[in-house]
Amino acid sequence: MRFRARVEVQLRPGIADPEGATIERALPALGFDGVAHVRAGRSFIFELDAADEGAARTTATELADRLLANPVIEQSRLELEPI
Amino acid sequence: MAPRIGVVVFPGSNCEHDVVQGVEAAGAQGALLWHGDAQLGAVDAVVLPGGFAHGDYLRPGALARFSPVMEAVAEFARAGGPVVGICNGFQVLTEAGLLPGALQKNGRLRFLCEPVGLVVASTQSVLTSGATVGQELVIPINHFSGNYTCDDETLHRLQADDRIVLRYADNPNGSLDAIAGIANEAGNVVGLMPHPERASSALLGSEDGLVLLRSLVTAAAATSVAV
Repeated sequence: MRFRARVEVQLRPGIADPEGATIERALPALGFDGVAHVRAGRSFIFELDAADEGAARTTATELADRLLANPVIEQSRLELEPI
Repeated sequence: MAPRIGVVVFPGSNCEHDVVQGVEAAGAQGALLWHGDAQLGAVDAVVLPGGFAHGDYLRPGALARFSPVMEAVAEFARAGGPVVGICNGFQVLTEAGLLPGALQKNGRLRFLCEPVGLVVASTQSVLTSGATVGQELVIPINHFSGNYTCDDETLHRLQADDRIVLRYADNPNGSLDAIAGIANEAGNVVGLMPHPERASSALLGSEDGLVLLRSLVTAAAATSVAV
């Protein structure tokens, strides 16, 4: 089976996010008020072949933890859909 | 015979020749090593130089840790051989798990390129053995991601085990505990953001980096690790 995976990588809560903070500071100047707690992150999208959804999840999670995210400061979230 | 210090060249490294020059000014023989080689050859110490290994894609150091040479570097480090990562090299060492923590984007998102004041915090490492605790050094930094971060437990361990080797006098990048450089438990693996090779001649504005590079040369001369 083939799956499309989307891995979202974000800084762990408690880790300072200068990018998110800078975006947040810029918003009022553009007229966007009332926006708070901006956190920046990245998404990775890829396709993978696996026997079933469980196997695809295992592979994609390992890939995310070993390469896409640095577990010291980042966490990842995985979405999978069969295609 | 002068000890031989290998300087790893990754695609995107840009400080390797400066480091060779710096360690030679400190009394060693410098040799460039290619990242694609799985062997280090006959070297007495290894330096991972600054630059943008593998384009800094994904995260600084994230892809360099998969370069074939890194297995040999890890083995050399485990055997007690002196390994120093400067700037991008420090980022590679943390990504490779040879040093704890991570280097985040600088606070306030500024790329910093300037001489900074450093204070030697520990002499229990191959890079600071020839310095004295409290000694002040002026050495340039040149980075966007030099903001040292780790969890509380790691920080306490670094502090308790005297593994913070250099601190910024005036923390420029938001690093936890003003950390500019740390060592592993044995003190043979050191990572630092400042560039000692850029402070290795009076012509460059400072010779303070030689204090660190001479320590490394001394450690290299005493090593008998072959990988």
